[in-house]
Amino acid sequence: MNALDRALTHPLTRNVTPERRPFDLAAYEAGGGYGGLHTAIGKLTPAECLQIVKDSNLRGRGGAGFPTGLKWSFVPMEDGGPGHKYLICNADEMEPGTFKDRLLLECDPHQLIEGMILAAYTIGADVAYVFIRAEYLLAERLLREAIRDCYGKGYLGRNILGSGYNLDMHVHSSAGRYICGEETALISSLEGKRANPRAKPPFPQVSGLWGRPTIVNNVETLCNVPHIIERGAQWFNDLGLTEDAGTKMYGVSGRVKNPGCWELPIGTPIREILEGCAGGMEDGYAFRGLLPGGGSTDFLVAEHLDLAMDYGTIGKAGSRMGTGTMIVLDDRTCPVAFVQNLVAFFARESCGFCTPCREGLPWSAQLLAELEAGRGQAGDLDTLAMHVDFIGTPGNTHCALAPGAMEPLASGLKYFREDFQRHIDGRACPYCEREAAA
Amino acid sequence: MNIRIDGVEYPATKDRNLLETCLGLGLNLPYFCWHPAMGSVGACRQCAVLQYPDEEAEQAGRGKLVMACMTPVSDGARFSLETAQARRFRQGIIESLMINHPHDCPVCAEGGECHLQDMTVMVGHRDRRYRGRKRTFRNQYLGPLVHHEMNRCITCYRCTRFYRDYAGGTDLAAQGCHDHIFFGRHEDGVLESEFAGNLVEVCPTGVFTDKHLVHDYTRKWDLQSAPSVCAGCAVGCNTLPGERYGRLKRVHNRFNAEINGYFLCDRGRFGATWVNDERRLDYPGLRGEDGRYNAIDHHGALQRIVSSVERGAVAAVGSPRASVEANFLLRLLAGPARFCPGFSAVEQPLVGEALALLRASRATVPDIATMETADAILVLGEDVSNTAPRIALALRQGVRNRAYAMAAGLKLQDWQDAAIRNLAQDQRCPLFIAATAATRLDPVAARSLRLATPEIARLGLRVADALAGDNSNDYSHDNSHDNPDDHSVHREAAAIADGLRDAKRLLVVSGTGSGDIAVMQAAARVAEAFRDTGREAMLSLVVPEANSLGQALLCEGNGSPDLDALAASAEAGEIDTLLVLENDLYRRAATDQVDRLLANCQRVIALDQLDNPTTSASHLAVPAASVIESEGTLVSLEGRAQRCFPVFPPHAERHPAWVWLLATLKELGREAVSDWHHFDDVTRGCAAAIPALAGIAAAAPDHRFRNHGVRVPRQPPRYSGRTAMRANVSVHEPKQPEDEESPLAFSMEGLNRDQPAALLSYVWAPGWNSNQGLHRFQADVGGPLKGGPAGIRLLRANGGATPLPRHATAAFAVEADEVLLVPRYRIFGSEALSAISPGIRELVRPACIELCAADAERLGLADGDGVQVGDNAAALPLRIDDAMAPGCAGYTAGYRETAGLAPNTRQRLRRVAHFSPPGPTVIGSDRGGRHG
Ligand SMILES: Cc1cc2nc3c(=O)[nH]c(=O)nc-3n(C[C@H](O)[C@H](O)[C@H](O)COP(=O)(O)O)c2cc1C
Ligand code: SF4
Ligand code: SF4
Ligand code: SF4
Ligand code: FES
Repeated sequence: MNALDRALTHPLTRNVTPERRPFDLAAYEAGGGYGGLHTAIGKLTPAECLQIVKDSNLRGRGGAGFPTGLKWSFVPMEDGGPGHKYLICNADEMEPGTFKDRLLLECDPHQLIEGMILAAYTIGADVAYVFIRAEYLLAERLLREAIRDCYGKGYLGRNILGSGYNLDMHVHSSAGRYICGEETALISSLEGKRANPRAKPPFPQVSGLWGRPTIVNNVETLCNVPHIIERGAQWFNDLGLTEDAGTKMYGVSGRVKNPGCWELPIGTPIREILEGCAGGMEDGYAFRGLLPGGGSTDFLVAEHLDLAMDYGTIGKAGSRMGTGTMIVLDDRTCPVAFVQNLVAFFARESCGFCTPCREGLPWSAQLLAELEAGRGQAGDLDTLAMHVDFIGTPGNTHCALAPGAMEPLASGLKYFREDFQRHIDGRACPYCEREAAA
Repeated sequence: MNIRIDGVEYPATKDRNLLETCLGLGLNLPYFCWHPAMGSVGACRQCAVLQYPDEEAEQAGRGKLVMACMTPVSDGARFSLETAQARRFRQGIIESLMINHPHDCPVCAEGGECHLQDMTVMVGHRDRRYRGRKRTFRNQYLGPLVHHEMNRCITCYRCTRFYRDYAGGTDLAAQGCHDHIFFGRHEDGVLESEFAGNLVEVCPTGVFTDKHLVHDYTRKWDLQSAPSVCAGCAVGCNTLPGERYGRLKRVHNRFNAEINGYFLCDRGRFGATWVNDERRLDYPGLRGEDGRYNAIDHHGALQRIVSSVERGAVAAVGSPRASVEANFLLRLLAGPARFCPGFSAVEQPLVGEALALLRASRATVPDIATMETADAILVLGEDVSNTAPRIALALRQGVRNRAYAMAAGLKLQDWQDAAIRNLAQDQRCPLFIAATAATRLDPVAARSLRLATPEIARLGLRVADALAGDNSNDYSHDNSHDNPDDHSVHREAAAIADGLRDAKRLLVVSGTGSGDIAVMQAAARVAEAFRDTGREAMLSLVVPEANSLGQALLCEGNGSPDLDALAASAEAGEIDTLLVLENDLYRRAATDQVDRLLANCQRVIALDQLDNPTTSASHLAVPAASVIESEGTLVSLEGRAQRCFPVFPPHAERHPAWVWLLATLKELGREAVSDWHHFDDVTRGCAAAIPALAGIAAAAPDHRFRNHGVRVPRQPPRYSGRTAMRANVSVHEPKQPEDEESPLAFSMEGLNRDQPAALLSYVWAPGWNSNQGLHRFQADVGGPLKGGPAGIRLLRANGGATPLPRHATAAFAVEADEVLLVPRYRIFGSEALSAISPGIRELVRPACIELCAADAERLGLADGDGVQVGDNAAALPLRIDDAMAPGCAGYTAGYRETAGLAPNTRQRLRRVAHFSPPGPTVIGSDRGGRHG
């Protein structure tokens, strides 16, 4: 595949070669980089850019799939008096099983910066932040270098490309909490406060960082923007296989032959990703189920393997596409332990603001641990089911961490109920016994 | 507008959230994190109800759980509190909170008055399912006032929201995460905020409790209480002191929508337990030849007083902390010309001027709630955090009006607390402060200036001129042209006037605390000038004590002698008998001066609660009931007359001063009192005699009032152990004492509901045992009490009939070896009685002189030196504090050691050789005690 073809079909990873350092500014430009910037800044109005992004049907890649153009359109554009507007790139990526943003950050930082400049231009932001996961040290360093180079080149700073548009960009390294990925908790954290989410409304688009209009977008979402601006909404729409547009960074982890992350047209069937890209299950392991989009999505099982990985289809199957990075459950891993591990993670990462999540998750994790330890009691599954409803119903908690945290348990109880029951009846984890016997 | 709840139509108002609406309707909906004064954040999820999108869904029972406290009401909205789904969820919340709760109710100081207990019972949670271990914490030492027991925490965030967001404290925070969040300080230590005590009432569990109550414990349902008024300062916060076994156990807030609302300051909350002090006088004491006091009985004492009064020329010193009635009777006894109101000679004209200005000003004299509506504030020379602390808390709310204005732009409602704080961040209404030293409000001020007192006055006058657009005053008469500093004052004044450009409601706060009449006059002029621009102006002048203004009204315009004048007539041999009412004169004037005054009188009779230097120098010391044990009317700084009722009958011969004095007058056969028998008769007599006080009789219903035919009880329905209380003395239960002076009963009998607000003796409603039950007494949740306002405003402005005075102020300059002496008040220490209350006593630091480093260097003084001010006898330790304005030496005001110092005088400081500073006060004596 030549470079142009690759750019047309794999826009996000066209420059990605994990074996070498990412392109610096010159190399990035030599490969056509900052084309979007030159197309838009000073030539298209923010309103025109917004229209293109709206028409592209780009949806947020951070997990919720909210239409990006629509979100941007809520930012007040009339002269809102003095004060800043902000664009924040959410590079916190702490969702279990998710490593797609890391790849984009480490392999092509200029792509993100270009996307951020265009997004900021569109919404009239004059300050942009990258809120980056604490452990992403390499990505952080690369970003800082790239940002420095962009200032040098006049792509950041005052009067960008002579357009009169100003933008400053900062990198903020997180202190390492999953909840900081939730956009309003992220904003609280960035303000130096406890990383507690905020009630909506008001939405960040009108009252976000320091009370000013703010857009938070995922890394992958923003990386799409330069290509959309440069090649147009229609091109982007045509990339998708189903009703969704563009490509998607899909990932697979678990007992598969070739775990990894790939850019594919959005709507690629699960089986193609699992078997085509990831090479199917490792020898000696059989497929039991998968979480399609990170640790906070519902299990899908064998009957779902031919579904298209897009927002609508996965949603109808009772799960969420989430981040599009699947975690595979095999037949030698105990589903109870699998779920326990996740629930314990979410319990630990709860910000502690609201009662159902703060108290209910540790209780659920404790019950699952009891089950695993062979101390489960009759009634425990009812208590777990109660929690699925109590913690998991959206609106019962202050933010979306808790409902997400309950998705593996909710669907686990549905698809693997027998496994749960056997832990109680047999007063032991059947998988541990098997392991011990082997 | 109507909403439907469980199929019933109810009226609703738009600016109320659903939780407030439900509580207002008398529905039992449990909650934790919402607070009527602090709004909603949606943390606890306890207030969940089901909301139906439409009628069809309601029929089908298909709805969505919403948090009532986060839900605005809209016309036609449909909700259910009772549906199983909502009930189950609310039970689930309590069950979740209970998994870590220690269930130590039997040993918990909150027990029986605990919102968590109430809510647990309300949702009907009973059986424990959780089998895991409970989370535990290590408790902290938080100082002598507030006790900490973190295991009881339900993580509702109310404490940090109050402490940080509402009261501006910084040393208490939520720490940690997930189910292990700790509410405390970064390390053990005394809580810094002067409002920390409110945590006791804000926290819905037993985490923060009143340390005094914890150490002198009584079950809360066994407390007897009555409506009282804080005697800590002139604000007049309403309180509910609680008693058992004749001891004051605690002071709770008594809600008054116009004054203290839900909050007291720590002086008020913890500063009344001095009434239990061992130094209380129990029986009248007659000084014998040997200088020792012999107890005599009530009749003996009365005879002595009467014969002393009959025998010669009488003069009397009243007290600005004693009731209007007691002062009035004393004045009747001595005659107006021989009645000194009991202020210090410096204070008397200051308080008089404050009253005159309040009358002359056409600005509104605001109550606290009105102060909170200001959109711009100017504080001139008054350190309210230390002299009238509750006002400081109000000013912190006032500056937030900018936030509410911004919120309105986004259609947010005032109760959406988190959203509004996030939106406004640190944008505030302008607050300008000019003071002789840094103040605790500086962090929320737009500009805070440290100026010498005359400069503060000058600044005020210039702001007034700038507002009036008046440049004609060239100030040449005050020779400021020679003073380069004056240009900066001028510039600052212009900046302040400019900062008030967009303001619509200006509040000007000043008072006697600066010790300078000119400062108060300047404040009044600013308010006037602002008002003249067609906008609304408020003027609040702080006076020193709980009844300072009442005393000023009593003596208004009849030239009452001040202490100096009294001393002069004593010197001239014109006083045979001096009566001193509830007043330690050694805190009013220099020791030698008081010594001389007392020595020059043949007989000194002191009527007081505590043994103090004045009673010790008297020939007859007569015990008086305290404000907690007596009825009385106090007039607050806004001119509001408020009635206190005795919480319990006083011990021994501690009769209320008015009782002693009325009996004396009757014995003397004074015509005026011949048919006065009751307290109410005195009140009415005073109202009739003193036109300015005509309103006081209406401050509360009189003793004949009955609430639906019965009295209002002081003891809650759950009051227990009445028969056992005295069983060690006698198994025969005595008859409950009768209260002949008020409509309250010293018993459980009666009706504590629907009474006039002045008679609210405790807060309790079925199912609502904690202070959260208050909403059952409010006409509107968070708003005024059903029984109307408590107290009555006496001040009638004369509508600008008298022009405001304008005094030239001399430019400020001190000689090279001089300083300007300025008063520095302390919330803990400057008020004598609260300062000896256990707890607060540990926080009182010795009096000192404070100087900025530059001045200390100029004068060749060093931190820790002992200094003498002018010819004042006492040597005081010097503290170097750059909070002081240059050229000014602060002296700790209100202390005996500094009673002889005159504010705003130029003085030389002399270094004392071989000075040993007063021993360090013990702070944190129970450190290393219970650490949990
Ligand atoms: C608990 C929680 C964690 C989240 N973590 C992330 C994250 O690490 N990265 C991310 O992009 N979005 C995360 N999100 C989603 C963000 O809240 C937000 O929806 C997203 O950043 C919006 O960007 P998008 O519209 O481009 O997807 C998280 C959401 C929740 C509830
Ligand atoms: S759901 Fe969990 S993470 Fe979200 S606000 Fe509540 S406690 Fe915090
Ligand atoms: S200490 Fe009290 S007020 Fe603070 S969070 Fe805990 S229960 Fe709530
Ligand atoms: S502000 Fe004054 S009246 Fe109010 S509680 Fe404090 S000391 Fe008492
Ligand atoms: S009171 Fe409504 S969520 Fe706490």
